[in-house]
Amino acid sequence: MQRDEIFEKVRDVLVEALAVDEDEVTPEATIFGDLGAESIDMLDIGFQLEQAFGFKIEQGEMFPEGVTSDPDMVQDGKVTEAGLTMLRERAPHINTAALEADPRLEKVREIFTVDALVSFVERKLAA
Amino acid sequence: MRWMWIDRVVELVPRERLVAVKHVSLAEEHLHDHFPAVAADDGSILRPAMPVMPMSLIVEGMAQTGGILVGHAEDFREKVILAKVSKATLEQDALPGCTLRYTAVIKSFSEMGASILGTIEMAEPEANGSPSFETVGSIELIFSHLDRNMAGVAYPEHNFVFGEGFKTLLRTSGVLS
Repeated sequence: MQRDEIFEKVRDVLVEALAVDEDEVTPEATIFGDLGAESIDMLDIGFQLEQAFGFKIEQGEMFPEGVTSDPDMVQDGKVTEAGLTMLRERAPHINTAALEADPRLEKVREIFTVDALVSFVERKLAA
Repeated sequence: MRWMWIDRVVELVPRERLVAVKHVSLAEEHLHDHFPAVAADDGSILRPAMPVMPMSLIVEGMAQTGGILVGHAEDFREKVILAKVSKATLEQDALPGCTLRYTAVIKSFSEMGASILGTIEMAEPEANGSPSFETVGSIELIFSHLDRNMAGVAYPEHNFVFGEGFKTLLRTSGVLS
């Protein structure tokens, strides 16, 4: 499946799950910020992606859990090198460059973009 | 006490579907508040009372139907909570005397929760013969297994979701012995 085809299906899922307009779902849009998702929406998005693409998603696979509550991963309100390494290993579909430049905790939610979700699906389909 | 919005479970196919019924009665207090008569200052009635079961409580009825189905799948070990009403449409008011039939079907199920497709049917009371049901709405719901989606938050050990109210319903429906 081509990446633009994956993007269209991911966009349809996000429009459905988050009640946003199609034109809001750009590759750069952040899931939690620009599209207004709450953590519980991840369950909905996960189920809909499973149905749209026919694979199973494990807990924490789309977006690693527990980063913000782990003292090894976050210190003084900033994501540590260990936290960044964990994110890179467990979520290779997410581009962490922006977080490396500005590791403040509140920036974690901003690295989870539509593009990251498309990469996630692409990797799952290729696996 | 838990406010129960279904009267009986009438069909259960584990991990697949559950059907429950609710008889709407004028004896229920909420119907008198939704909607009461509107009177003018002189006492004359501007609009007579219009007792209708609120849509929000119909959603709750479907949530209880779906919640039992999802809870039963793991033998009621998980604390199943309604996380999201994804969609809800209802095309007809539920008036006193009618019967609502809720059918919940599992769309997706994982260790984290489940999604449910719910269908609402309604039957008007019949003087002769069996009431016939017609579809009046649909609801899509997401349920979360509470302990698996609240990292770092500790909840009581006992399953406060499926308390006595639910157990009584399940016993009278023959789901639990």
